[in-house]
Formats: sequence, structure tokens, C-alpha cells
Amino acid sequence: MPFDLASIVFYFIAIVLVGASLAVVLMRNIVHAALALALVFGAAAGVYVLLNAEFIAIVQILIYAGAVTVLVLFSIMLTQGAATRAGSPFSGQWWLAGLICVILCAGVIYAAASSQMALTTAGGSVNLASAPAQDGGSPVKIGQLLYSPFNYSYVLPFEIASVLLLVAIVGAIVIAREE
Amino acid sequence: MVNLNSFLILSAVMFAIGLFGALSKRNAVAILMSIEIMLNAVNITMVAFASAFIGKSDAAGVAVGSRLTGQIFAIFIITVAAAEAAVALAIIIGIYRRISTVDVGHINLMKW
Repeated sequence: MPFDLASIVFYFIAIVLVGASLAVVLMRNIVHAALALALVFGAAAGVYVLLNAEFIAIVQILIYAGAVTVLVLFSIMLTQGAATRAGSPFSGQWWLAGLICVILCAGVIYAAASSQMALTTAGGSVNLASAPAQDGGSPVKIGQLLYSPFNYSYVLPFEIASVLLLVAIVGAIVIAREE
Repeated sequence: MVNLNSFLILSAVMFAIGLFGALSKRNAVAILMSIEIMLNAVNITMVAFASAFIGKSDAAGVAVGSRLTGQIFAIFIITVAAAEAAVALAIIIGIYRRISTVDVGHINLMKW
């Protein structure tokens, strides 16, 4: 079945994602670019829902589309007068950057298309949202993986991440406060 | 038909677009936004692999997908990206207070 619903939804989201990413990079007005960035985050959440990762999708919307977008908009506002309206928003060597990115993109796509693992193990299909959810879905499993003190779990990285967030909060306040 | 390669190609295209922005933009905030696009592309790869390996076994018969390791990685990447965005934007605001520009071509205090 070449045109099932999951494929149509995937291609729609993919077009929105690539288009909004291009808008973020190419738009001259940086506020418009930040709004396109919010669209990128929302469409990425759609990809996660399509991949049966509901918890990641909710976290994506809360943290990226909510917090990071507001943070970026605030910093654009606070650095308002510095927006480089005069002249190009790109540096003089943008063609070199474009060349590097085209080569990188072609290389990654070639590697993904010819990889033995991608062809044999997973070349068939991804567990898309149309597939039935297994025992409780991803949030239950992720909770067990993150917090369970009995099984092999990710409790220690989780605690280290909390320390990292605390350090980042204190560091951001110290760096950005008024003298 | 959508398979793992579709997600990998989408992620590669997004990563390349973000890399182009990070290498070529002049506004520091725009560079940070491009880096966020790159992080999102990597997250899509992680979640796609986690979804592709659910219920699969490796050559030794061990179930590789039962642990959702890719989704756990995506959560930690999101955490680190949020911390990175907060600190980087604070640094940009601090630079703007000091030298009144966010053009990375003009921020050359440590260049000799």
C-alpha cells in the first residue's frame, strides 16, 4: 500500500519541517525566523507522535515550543538595536558553508541508503502510530527506565542532568544580570 | 512507503540546513536557532531508531528494542539543549551589554 495514512502524514510533516527550517535560516527578519523556529519544533513533535513516542512529543512541545522559543524571542528583544538590518544576514563565506553542507547531506544520505544495518534490520518498516501500542505505551516504559532503582535504569544520568540544569540556571543568572 | 531511511533522510536534510545556518549567519541569536534545528534533527534520528528496533532481536537473540534507549537519549539531549540555550542566550545578552553588537564578525575580543 503505497499511500496509507501514515505515509501521507509523514510526507506532509517532512515538507513542513524542511520548509520551516529553510525559513529559519534564510529569512532576513530575525523575529520571523524565530516564529518559523516554533513551527519547526511543533512539526518535530508531530514526527514523534508518528513514531509512537508520545512522551517525547509532549516534552518537545513543553520545552522547545514553549520555553526555548520564548527565550529566543526575549533575547531578540533585548538585543534589538543590534539586528544587522543593513547588509546581508550572511557572512561573506556563505558559499563555502553551503558547499560543506551539501557534501555532508549527500554523504549522510548515501551512507544511510547503503548501510547494511538499515537495509537488513530495519529496512522494512518503522513502528508507526498506526501500529497497536504495546503494554501501556512509551511513557510507562520511559518512567520505569528513568526512575526504577531495581532494574538497570538511567537514574544516575537523570540525577546528573538535574545538577546540570541547576548549574545552567545559576550560570545564566550570573552571566546575564546587571552589574 | 515510510521506513527508517525516510526518517534518516529527513533528519540529514534538517541537519544540513541547520549547519548551513550555524556556519553562515552573522547574528549570534540566529546561529543559536540554527543549532537548535541541528539538535532537533539528531533527536528525530534517535527516536526513529528506537521505534525501528522495538520488538527486534540482534544476532545473539537479545531483544534490542525493549529498552527504548533512543527515546531516553532524546530526553537527555532535550535537557542539555535547554541548558545550553539558557546559558548561550545569557552570554549573548552579556556581550550585547558590553560591546553593543551581536554580529559575530565584530565580536573579536579574544582574537589576535
